[in-house]
Amino acid sequence: MDNLQKLEAQSVYIFREAYREFKNLAMLWSIGKDSTVLLWLARKAFFGNVPFPLVHIDTSYKIPEMIEYRNQLVKDWNLNLIVGQNKKAIIGKQTFPDGNVDRLTCCKLLKSTALNKSLSGEWSRLKFDHHTDQFIEDPNNESYTGVIVGVRADEEGSRSKERYFSPRDKNYDWDVGDQPPELWNQFKTDFEPNSHIRIHPLLDWTELNIWEYIERENIPTIPLYFDNGRGKRYRSLGCYPCTSPVDSESKNVGEIIEELKSGKFANIAERSGRAQDTDGGGTLEILRREGYM
Amino acid sequence: MQQHRMNIVIAGHVDHGKSTLIGRLLVDTNSLPEGKLEQVKRLCEKNSKPFEYAFLLDSLQDEQSHGITIDTTRIFFKSKLREYIIIDAPGHIEFLKNMVSGAARAEAAILLIDAHEGVAENSKRHAYMMSFLGIKQIAVAINKMDLVGYSEEKYLQIKNEYEKFLEKIGIEPVAFVPTAAREGVNLNSLSEKIKWYKGKTLLEIINSFSKKDVILESPFRMYAQGVYKFAGHNNKRRTIAGTINSGSISVGDEIIFYPSGKKSKVLSIEEFYKPPKNIAVVGEAIGLTLTEELYIPQTELICKINEPQPKLTNRFKASIFWMGKKPLSLNKKYKLKIGTQNVSAVIEKIENVLNTSELQYFDNKITVEKHEVALCIVKTDSKTAFDLVHEMEATSRFVLVDNYDISGGGIINENMAEATVIVQQKYSDFEIALNNFIRENFPHWEAKPLGQEG
Repeated sequence: MDNLQKLEAQSVYIFREAYREFKNLAMLWSIGKDSTVLLWLARKAFFGNVPFPLVHIDTSYKIPEMIEYRNQLVKDWNLNLIVGQNKKAIIGKQTFPDGNVDRLTCCKLLKSTALNKSLSGEWSRLKFDHHTDQFIEDPNNESYTGVIVGVRADEEGSRSKERYFSPRDKNYDWDVGDQPPELWNQFKTDFEPNSHIRIHPLLDWTELNIWEYIERENIPTIPLYFDNGRGKRYRSLGCYPCTSPVDSESKNVGEIIEELKSGKFANIAERSGRAQDTDGGGTLEILRREGYM
Repeated sequence: MQQHRMNIVIAGHVDHGKSTLIGRLLVDTNSLPEGKLEQVKRLCEKNSKPFEYAFLLDSLQDEQSHGITIDTTRIFFKSKLREYIIIDAPGHIEFLKNMVSGAARAEAAILLIDAHEGVAENSKRHAYMMSFLGIKQIAVAINKMDLVGYSEEKYLQIKNEYEKFLEKIGIEPVAFVPTAAREGVNLNSLSEKIKWYKGKTLLEIINSFSKKDVILESPFRMYAQGVYKFAGHNNKRRTIAGTINSGSISVGDEIIFYPSGKKSKVLSIEEFYKPPKNIAVVGEAIGLTLTEELYIPQTELICKINEPQPKLTNRFKASIFWMGKKPLSLNKKYKLKIGTQNVSAVIEKIENVLNTSELQYFDNKITVEKHEVALCIVKTDSKTAFDLVHEMEATSRFVLVDNYDISGGGIINENMAEATVIVQQKYSDFEIALNNFIRENFPHWEAKPLGQEG
């Protein structure tokens, strides 16, 4: 088995453990390349099926092509899509693009809070109805106790400390100083009422591994990752006011892999296009302790 | 071409310089993202703190303010030979469970000792845990040689002392190397400052670790992770999902399930979006369909009929490493997880308790404290299938769950079945089967396992 086959097998193992151990399981789907690889691995684990809902947190500032691509895959692969949103903050213009809060607060409100309240079922969720191609209110308001997330250890400092199965307490807090032991593929699957477990099947993957796997498996990716003809492409996708494209002429997956291996990005961090990471030291750690992905 | 990847853990006593060593190695081999070094240096300047290579790794705010590593970090690192995940393990005793979590994933280890301070408590304890976890390839770096004036005498003294200890726990290190991580001595290249050392650099030693050979001749073992039958699934048969723990399996093989003892034959090997195949080997995540549709529980151990069989008993002897908040106690119920199976277990007897840094044994104990290793007799509620550690590692290891937390790791040394077990069966076989059937197929009835009706 080569490296990618081993990574795939380990991720599949984690998916199957999660599926057996958690009654209310959901997977976060940010539409980016990592969570789309995650989605593909779920189909690997369950022989073409995805037997749990995918939760997307729509900040309303996502690049429009992302929403288009999301809805298309949902139809093509017959996925159960749930959408959560912080309507109050968006309507009340409590956002960074509206000029009323800073980037960090905006991330907290539109992502962390929306995520936590949607996962717990406190806020209503929308569900894609495959019969009418419309979104309807999700009749299920149970809280999810297992949440699968596509974070990778190589992305930034606090993620490099994660477990495959990582508990969050009832306030969604992550206690980084006291994480559960994890040995011999035995994970934390027992948890106190009102707490939940984040599950991380992609922890050992690097950005390069993700693209190599996309190439090998021919996974459909959103065209925003490729040169738009003007020498710009997105390396990491987020909200358009805080994510900028990088200068690059990579037009396809093969060219991106070359660029990461030996080209101009071989030595530059992936999230360098994400503004919220650089507003002061440890910012992403603070966000992540409070529930950010 | 895909490069191979190896997981390596760096362990040792607190403040002996593990994070500094990795940080310096990253800098010297140009493995850091552009601007990272400058960014950390600027941050140090801003906070009027002297720059430390460890800051490149200790990314948590608490870690930087206390100057220690709290949790293991995965660092991705590439040499000319292959890719590595280097696991930086915390050296503080309080974080031993984090160190064990990191080390359990490793194929090789570097043990680090501060030349100025010498062999310390956790230098020994960590080495013992490596041997407990079954890590065979270990190298020792005697670090901070700059603090002892690069003295060969001091180096040899520590080397001899540590070698003696390692021998007692059955570890034969592949190499010793004197280093001064902060100065970059002997990491990526040999240094003028230490002319008497003619061996390999640390990086050369790391590159010389060998990948574990895949042994296909071992008996086939696979813990089923679930039995799936999805609507719209191309194959209408039930598919048994799992990752092969050892050996190989082929279409047509006769197989047996434990503990149920049911038998069948492999009809097909299933994978999604891959060409069909007739054989699958250790490490692969697959699905199996059977020639006859059996009712099989979700998590049986699958073996081949014509190969050596596992043990199937409810009593065995095991070495248990304890990391629970409360001590391990006799006759208390724990959840035992082995492979994908869960059973209820009690510690019937604690034969002895080992202090892992002094290698002293204590008899007549009735509890095992945090960070101790004990030889125990474990009794489970129902029969469990396993192998012994010297026969097959993958199916001889378990964890104990206390309350909600994984609190101990165990390795099965001996089957204690026939000796004294007198089982008084409270329920008939039919009642047991009915209860299993209900729990399996009607989980929403929330029936409890027999004996736990409460």
